Amino acid sequence: MDMQATKKKLGLKERYQVMTRGLDWEPSYQKKEDIYPYVAYEGIKIHDWDKWEDPFRLTMDAYWKYQAEKERKLYAIIDAYAQNNGHLNVTDARYLNTVKLFLTGVSPLEYMAHRGFAHAGRQFPGAGPRVACLMQSLDEIRHAQTQIHALSNYNKHYNGLHDFRHMHDRVWYLSVPKSFFDDAVTAGPFEFMVAIGFSFEYVLTNLLFVPFVSGAAYNGDMSTMTFGFSAQSDEARHMTLGLEVIKFILEQDPDNLPIVQRWIDKWTWRGYRVLTLVAMMMDYMLPKRTMSWKEAWEVYFEENGGALFKDLARYGITMPKCAETIALEKDHLSHQAWGTFYNYGAAAAFHTWVPEKEELDWLASKYPDSFDKHYRPRLEYWREQAAKGNRFYNKTLPMLCQTCQIPMLFTEPGDPTKICYREVDYKDNKYHFCSDHCKEIFEHEPEKYIQSWLPVHQIYQGNCFPEGTDPTAEGFDPLAAVLQYYHLEFGRDNLDFEGSEDQKNFDAWRGMATKNA
Amino acid sequence: MSTVFIALQTNEDTRPIIEAIVADNPHARVNEQPAMVKIDAERTLTVRRSSIEALLGRDFDLQELHINLISLSGNIDETDDELTLSWNA
Repeated sequence: MDMQATKKKLGLKERYQVMTRGLDWEPSYQKKEDIYPYVAYEGIKIHDWDKWEDPFRLTMDAYWKYQAEKERKLYAIIDAYAQNNGHLNVTDARYLNTVKLFLTGVSPLEYMAHRGFAHAGRQFPGAGPRVACLMQSLDEIRHAQTQIHALSNYNKHYNGLHDFRHMHDRVWYLSVPKSFFDDAVTAGPFEFMVAIGFSFEYVLTNLLFVPFVSGAAYNGDMSTMTFGFSAQSDEARHMTLGLEVIKFILEQDPDNLPIVQRWIDKWTWRGYRVLTLVAMMMDYMLPKRTMSWKEAWEVYFEENGGALFKDLARYGITMPKCAETIALEKDHLSHQAWGTFYNYGAAAAFHTWVPEKEELDWLASKYPDSFDKHYRPRLEYWREQAAKGNRFYNKTLPMLCQTCQIPMLFTEPGDPTKICYREVDYKDNKYHFCSDHCKEIFEHEPEKYIQSWLPVHQIYQGNCFPEGTDPTAEGFDPLAAVLQYYHLEFGRDNLDFEGSEDQKNFDAWRGMATKNA
Repeated sequence: MSTVFIALQTNEDTRPIIEAIVADNPHARVNEQPAMVKIDAERTLTVRRSSIEALLGRDFDLQELHINLISLSGNIDETDDELTLSWNA
């Protein structure tokens, strides 16, 4: 990189002061409460916005300079990767299914994060957090755009990527990440900052971006590695903002502590549930693996998160209660999730499979207390059945958790042989939950969560068929109609990886890349 | 004891940065992973501009770190000369 370090007239601290607070002004012809209408109703008390400090002290002029440099690097690599048919260098075509899940499940969240930070920044009376939120809002739209650009190259060659935006709003498993972010952006500005800025960015996104993106590099996907690390270079700033938000709120007033603790408890759990998809990507979908989900959890949550919560103890913040449940689930999460997707492989916009023998051995070595006992026999049985022509596809619809919207696939804490069910009667209805934590979140805000758009309920209510469908017609096939509504082509975008068009094309093209046809 | 970390992309820009961090923080552990380097250190880690400049042979603005930064943990204090990560507890 040929970057010029210019001599500055002011030091970093003075420059930050002048370029943030120095550009703010006191309103004189509108009342502050009219300009910032959402800042009080959540109960958070702020006495002095000037106590806010951005530890990086990044100002907008420096922001544009460094972001421009990141974009130049990113697009040079993406172009080179596409021009060189880099997609044929991934380990094997199964890998591409992680990219499909990423584009349909994660990239639209980046866009929602852009909207969320634009909104939160607009609502804060302090210039410091406003500038930090503005930068993050711009970062997030950059992430959405660069991911769409980088992954569009795969869409030219492989199935399931053709209508990610349409799918994000409709497909059953995508309601999990979608509803998570919708939940956050419909909260007040302080809760949004704790939810996304702190719980998601600081405590959890390392798990999404660091081991998974490093895994993409390990599997030859330079495109995902590039946008992933480019995005992650912004995350370091986001994490810092998230930590600063918590410290700032807590230092402002002791009354803020119980509100913030409740949000941390809620959003750590909500975010962790979304990461179920990442657990499965790491353990099952990367053909070459860097670390297991369990190892990543131990490094990035137990070790780093542990240090974080120890540091925050001086404010009275404690480790979220759900950490105990999560510790019990870490041996099981990815296996239960993959088992569910294998079952519902006819209704997913990516392929599923039973891992090969050495992959099962790898899983056994990473999960010595659970894999061989509970999960390997099931996978081997499915493989045997598939070899006999009985590839199992579940045709029924699962019960969903009202809060996280994940099918009820998780087991009781401490008993992996029993599915965990919780329920609550509210007004005239019964609501179902995957865990005590999702149940508690509902009980605290039932009027919010009774509005959940649950894909299974919507299918049963007839809301997920193409317009003009007659479900009473002779020979009506509900699954076929739902897949049409999803814009998912049966036999092409779904079913087992074995025998898929992606598998055949990849093998044929890779063959052409290495010899004269 | 709490650990802080900084993770950087592996490339020619970061090679002297990593070298400088390691020299300035003898207690740090370097953990190389595909396409990235994670540097862990007990309690505190300091990135010093002057050490990077000495290896780079040109002026360096510590904010250039943002370009190749992947992640970090700890409370941050940044001046023109130093970036420090630390936990209080």
